[in-house]
Amino acid sequence: MAHYKLQINGKSVETDVEPDTPLLWVLRDHLGMVGTKYGCGIGQCGACTVHFNGNAVKSCSLPVSAVGTNKITTIEGLSEKGDHPLQLAWDEVDVPQCGYCQAGQIMTAAALLNKNPRPSGEEIDNAMNGNICRCGTYHRIHEAVVLASTKMK
Amino acid sequence: MQTNYTSSRRNFLKLTAAAGGGLMLGFTWSMKAMADSVDGLAPAGELTFNSYLAISPDDIITIYSPNPELGQNIKTSFPMIVADELDADWSKVKVVQAALDTKKYERQLTGGSGAVPHSWERLRKAGATARQMLMEAGAKRWNTSIDNVTTDNGFVVNKSNGQKLTYGALATDAAKGVVPADVKLKDRKDFKLIGKFVRGVDNKAMITGKPLFGLDFYREGMLYAMVVRPEAFGQKLKGFDATAAKAVPGIIDVVSFKNSVAVVGKSTWQVNKARKLLKIEYEIETPLESTPDHDKLFKDLLESKDATARRKDGDVEAAFKSAAKVIKAEYQCPFLSHSPMEPMNFFAHVKENSCELIGPSQTPDMARQETAKLLGIPPDNITLELTRLGGGFGRRLKADYVLEAVEVSRLMKAPVKVIWTREDDMTGGSYRPAVRYRFEAALDASNNLTGYRLRGVGINSGNPTREDNFPSGAVDNLLIESVEYKSPITTGAWRAPITNFLAFAEQSFLDEVAQIVGMDPVQFRLKLLDRAKQNPVGAIKYDIDRMKAVIQLAADKAGWGKKPNIAQGFSVYFSHRSYVAQVAEIEMKQNKPVLKKIYAAADCGVVINQSGSLQQVKGGIVDGLGHAMFGSLTFKNGVPEQNNFNNYRLIRMKEVPEVEVHFVDNGIDPTGLGEPALPPTGGAVANAYYKATGKRLHDQPFIRQEEMKGVTLGERM
Repeated sequence: MAHYKLQINGKSVETDVEPDTPLLWVLRDHLGMVGTKYGCGIGQCGACTVHFNGNAVKSCSLPVSAVGTNKITTIEGLSEKGDHPLQLAWDEVDVPQCGYCQAGQIMTAAALLNKNPRPSGEEIDNAMNGNICRCGTYHRIHEAVVLASTKMK
Repeated sequence: MQTNYTSSRRNFLKLTAAAGGGLMLGFTWSMKAMADSVDGLAPAGELTFNSYLAISPDDIITIYSPNPELGQNIKTSFPMIVADELDADWSKVKVVQAALDTKKYERQLTGGSGAVPHSWERLRKAGATARQMLMEAGAKRWNTSIDNVTTDNGFVVNKSNGQKLTYGALATDAAKGVVPADVKLKDRKDFKLIGKFVRGVDNKAMITGKPLFGLDFYREGMLYAMVVRPEAFGQKLKGFDATAAKAVPGIIDVVSFKNSVAVVGKSTWQVNKARKLLKIEYEIETPLESTPDHDKLFKDLLESKDATARRKDGDVEAAFKSAAKVIKAEYQCPFLSHSPMEPMNFFAHVKENSCELIGPSQTPDMARQETAKLLGIPPDNITLELTRLGGGFGRRLKADYVLEAVEVSRLMKAPVKVIWTREDDMTGGSYRPAVRYRFEAALDASNNLTGYRLRGVGINSGNPTREDNFPSGAVDNLLIESVEYKSPITTGAWRAPITNFLAFAEQSFLDEVAQIVGMDPVQFRLKLLDRAKQNPVGAIKYDIDRMKAVIQLAADKAGWGKKPNIAQGFSVYFSHRSYVAQVAEIEMKQNKPVLKKIYAAADCGVVINQSGSLQQVKGGIVDGLGHAMFGSLTFKNGVPEQNNFNNYRLIRMKEVPEVEVHFVDNGIDPTGLGEPALPPTGGAVANAYYKATGKRLHDQPFIRQEEMKGVTLGERM
């Protein structure tokens, strides 16, 4: 067991876990933040995507010992009122089917728009290709990213 | 037809004043009572159904959604139907997932695309009855006749003076009223919600990361467990050494039941680490099978003398003997994993003489019945609360993972959540069965289809044919038969069971026959349907006009035959009571085929939620395409050779072509859409591929076939 002080969604949180515990499970089991999902555990599906200093990373493959004081953002902290342009677009386009992968999809898209607020269709495809949606909502995910990009400040 | 029962069904309504005022209506449409009166003519498997809604004095309308939601939109679509007939203000409707309650609800399950046809009229009556009672309460309040009041979006309105009262204001009075014996349902043109684009009721929670799914459920004091099952199908547990596993921090115990060993601890990660340290010995119970064995087996089964005849029309032997030409083709599909994004999991708390279950299940009542049997306690002592399901695709029709949680909780005497890893999920069985088909067509000298023979052979497939499907009814001499092989590899229903592959094989074969007789594939199908209409052979179990309508709509919208530089492939299928036709378009770019677009025309009767139905069709096509193209689970000595998404390929965004969806507008009572859009896709794509390259695809996954090298999927924009 080791003691960690993490910077998550702009707050400092403390936890005692094994150093090799993936950030995903620290969030879910120890901090009660279950918006970040487990899908494959090997960085293949993107359901666990969070931001690490603004970059999209797969939290299932990131040991808590490697997080340090870097800034982590999860779906719970993407916006204060759930009104990030992507969150609004996701609702407007009515993207989710089962919905399980969607937090990861939004976090991947948010990292893309942070860097590239007006991505081309191909750039969206490339950025989102690491996130699996088993229900096949890809058309709507794409549409929502385009919609949000028109509303990014 | 099930709908015939609806009119003769006796309606029971219970009325109670809600705690703290307001109106609560319980609607019982008892299938059992009806069945008693008509001597058990009710379809097998039907349960008692209740719909339930509550209106509080502060105008909040709570609609309980009984069926499990796994992405088929039911938690939004069902309440829309109630709210439309109620004339409720949708913004004031709160939808609550109902827990399992077989006394209140009938058919509280998700499977077979059957919920909408089952509940359409019940839900409408639920809303209309409440509306009628609110109107009566208003008429009484204003001392006027019922004919002088109406409703408007959550208000009861006095027609003569325009006075208005909210539903909430009248709810308590309405609760004292008499439940009407019969109510008038809306004319279709008056629907306000049905047919509109209505967004998912759980969207907000989903996009902000609120707990919704089984894996998100947590209770103070709950233990985490992972279960290790035999690594090969055909093995059984011999013994295990848990010393090293138990030494891992956070591990509470290692327990065993049946062929499984469960590691129980304080967190998912600790349990996951510990399970890898288990030393387990298995012994072989039945021979361990490998995929090459199955390939050989299929060839033997195709020649087997012990086939079960499923449908026989005319004299098929004679037709083939006298044929001028015989066309033959075989098609094979592999096992598939369901792979819902949320792996299997369930919470169980077994107590002295009761049990609490919480989690994602497509068949909560079956889970409860099996739990009752396992624990030897009455089903009534077991509660089951449904979470949202992170996908199902048929995997959660089974209760194996629920029973594991029950077993572990019983052994631990504690509340336990069993969690499957992705690897557990993919190697844990219950796959789409592997199947091979042989189709034969006999043509006379004038190229008429005079004989049709289909033999389906499958591994734990049950009947791998759907003997009454098209073209049955359109051919004089027809034989459909099957052979099943029993294997230790477990199988189960996989979205659009059997038809998920049969449709590809059948629609590919018909395309091949059309080509050989020199007819346009669309005209060929229409001609067969005309024949079935004018002079049907045997029973016809599909609606010929509806099938023709989707064929024509798809051909129209796709500009069938009018695009010289695009290879189009056609497919049409009737499954789960809905009709879907598709046209796939492939363009050759630098000599390589590029799948650009798929058109779909669907007939599911009345469209309930424009948003949900559109996405059901698009998602079904993406799913059908992805699995036809990539899906394959193979075995070596009983062990699945794929265990996660690095070696089991699922379709991704880049591989998705443009999809354009159209619905037939015919006003017929709605049928389901969770499955019917998936089956036609493989055939449409394969037929377009043939048009583009002159090569036929016979086996799935397509990507394994040499012919497919260099194909590009997607390229939308």
